[in-house]
Amino acid sequence: MLQIRTPKNRKVKRELEKRAPKLVETGKKTLILHGTKTSGVLNEVLTELYHLKKESAVKYSRKNDGIKPFESGGDASLEFFSLKTDCSIILYGSHSKKRPNNLVIARTYNQHIYDMVEVGIENFKSMHSFAYDKKLSPRVGSKPFITFIGEGFENVEELKHLKEVLLDFFRGEVVENLNLSGLDRVYVCTAISPNKVFLTHCALRLKKSGSVVPRMELVEVGPSMDMVIRRHRLPTDGLRKEAMKTAKDKAKKKEKNVSKDIIQGKIGRIYIPDQKVGDMAIVDKSKGVKRERREAKMKNRDDGPASKKPKEDSEKPKEDSE
Amino acid sequence: MEIENQHPFQIDLGHLMAFNPHHQFPSLPSSREDLVSECLQKGTELVQSIANDLFNLPSTEDRDGPLVRLPPPTTRLPREKPLPKPKPPTKWELFAQKKGIKNRKKDKRVYDEQTHTWKRRHGYDRANDEDNIPIIEAKMTDESGEDPFAARRADKKKRVEKQEKNRLQNLKQAAKVGALPSHIQLAATALPITGTQAAPKKITKDELGNVAGMAATSTASGGKFDKKFAGEKPAKHQGKYRKFLPVVEGTGIGSREREQTEKVLSRLISKNSHEILNVNKAVNMYNVKKEKKQRNQGKSSSMSSKLKPNKKLQKKPLKKGSSKQGKAK
Repeated sequence: MLQIRTPKNRKVKRELEKRAPKLVETGKKTLILHGTKTSGVLNEVLTELYHLKKESAVKYSRKNDGIKPFESGGDASLEFFSLKTDCSIILYGSHSKKRPNNLVIARTYNQHIYDMVEVGIENFKSMHSFAYDKKLSPRVGSKPFITFIGEGFENVEELKHLKEVLLDFFRGEVVENLNLSGLDRVYVCTAISPNKVFLTHCALRLKKSGSVVPRMELVEVGPSMDMVIRRHRLPTDGLRKEAMKTAKDKAKKKEKNVSKDIIQGKIGRIYIPDQKVGDMAIVDKSKGVKRERREAKMKNRDDGPASKKPKEDSEKPKEDSE
Repeated sequence: MEIENQHPFQIDLGHLMAFNPHHQFPSLPSSREDLVSECLQKGTELVQSIANDLFNLPSTEDRDGPLVRLPPPTTRLPREKPLPKPKPPTKWELFAQKKGIKNRKKDKRVYDEQTHTWKRRHGYDRANDEDNIPIIEAKMTDESGEDPFAARRADKKKRVEKQEKNRLQNLKQAAKVGALPSHIQLAATALPITGTQAAPKKITKDELGNVAGMAATSTASGGKFDKKFAGEKPAKHQGKYRKFLPVVEGTGIGSREREQTEKVLSRLISKNSHEILNVNKAVNMYNVKKEKKQRNQGKSSSMSSKLKPNKKLQKKPLKKGSSKQGKAK
């Protein structure tokens, strides 16, 4: 026996629909959490990365026991958290003697771990330690430029993987229309050595250059850090192939009220509301123009108060008769 | 620099991403500041090259600034969730396709035969409502003793049930393909092995406790001499819930049962019983009625003087009471 279960209220239904697979995906949410032990540096890294991604991130502030990425069965709770929060990028911070200041960036596909990169954080500089003109500070949720520098990103497998993960992490929402005046941040990733990446966050200053294209100027606003590659796990080929699938064509929006004619061509039908002639005469509808209330008051002063005078019961019927 | 200009950077405008695959540090800068400044300089070049492409795209002026339509990204990134699967056709849709039946739009408003008005087709106060027929004309074929209204209702119920069954079947088919609508879940109510038709109830904590208590006290001694388990709590209701007095006459309790029943009986039967007539209430009601009557009379004749003596009369007993109290003190 099966039972059809539907949400009991609209809110839940909407939430479920939001989480359903979409033909064209808009952006990934990030879950930020840490293990049983963290360091001060790592705490700062996690909070600042959270601030960078604030519009699409969830941060867990409690210790999480039993998460051991790269070990069999060690990522079960990560998958559960991903399912619970509907996040598909997970930043997991941990700190141990063997792997100090350890940050694992994992991606999930269909609520299962897709791939993982483990990096160690070095030379971390917080965003509070940078001095710059605060007018330049990037706004929350603005679309960033992402730059990768260095041949390592092409030749070394680990760095190539890290590049893809970082791009997925930083790119934010996929947009079609972009407001050029809203560009205000850049992430600069540089491969310093085959296992080290320097990452920094800059604000963007657009300067006049005399042509259409303004001259770009980068102002470092932080955070900045070095990432030392430790372990990484690539997805299997089958999984990668499945995850890379894209919709062949975008879901077309139904065209309404448009028809085609051989002679006249495209014909559109539009709705024009009734012309309310009585309403249209008055252009200015502001309060001061309205005279009704004031006029009513004047009228009341003339004969109104007289009628409000307390009268004895015996007199009342007389007035009515008059 | 010239070589780099010949080899333009890899630029992905959809992600606003640029990649310089040719740069290599000949030797790492000695100080951190040098390294950062060099990185920023290289970064600026890359950003500038993105901007060159970006600002040359056709733009439309908006109130907030120039809007640019970005090309789709070229770097492929994995999806977050699998592609949604198309919903399989329902049994009816298959049948309709085979027979060439096409959906026709129905009007929202329908003419109602009974009231001769236009009404909504569905919902509250709908036209030609089956459930709301006042008269069904008798036919020769009607059997006596059969309620035609009940028959209609049963018929409707059957149809609804059938539709519900069909819906479940179609959803099952969709679930097999993995194309169940996101807000619907199919939950198993019974295991298929047992073959039970009814849904097994969830056993609550209280129910379990009750059963355990019953089991513990169902020995010959009422569980008195049983071994207690670790953590076992004593039964919540020890002893009897209700007392029945012995019916057989005798001394002591025996006669009380008779008393009890007689008391109830006499209260019910006796008409002139003072227990039934609440004297205080009756007097009050009488007084109030009288007062009302007098008030009405006073209004009609506009004589308010009549009220005064009445008030005094009412107050008298109160005064008496207070004086009595004073004496007692």
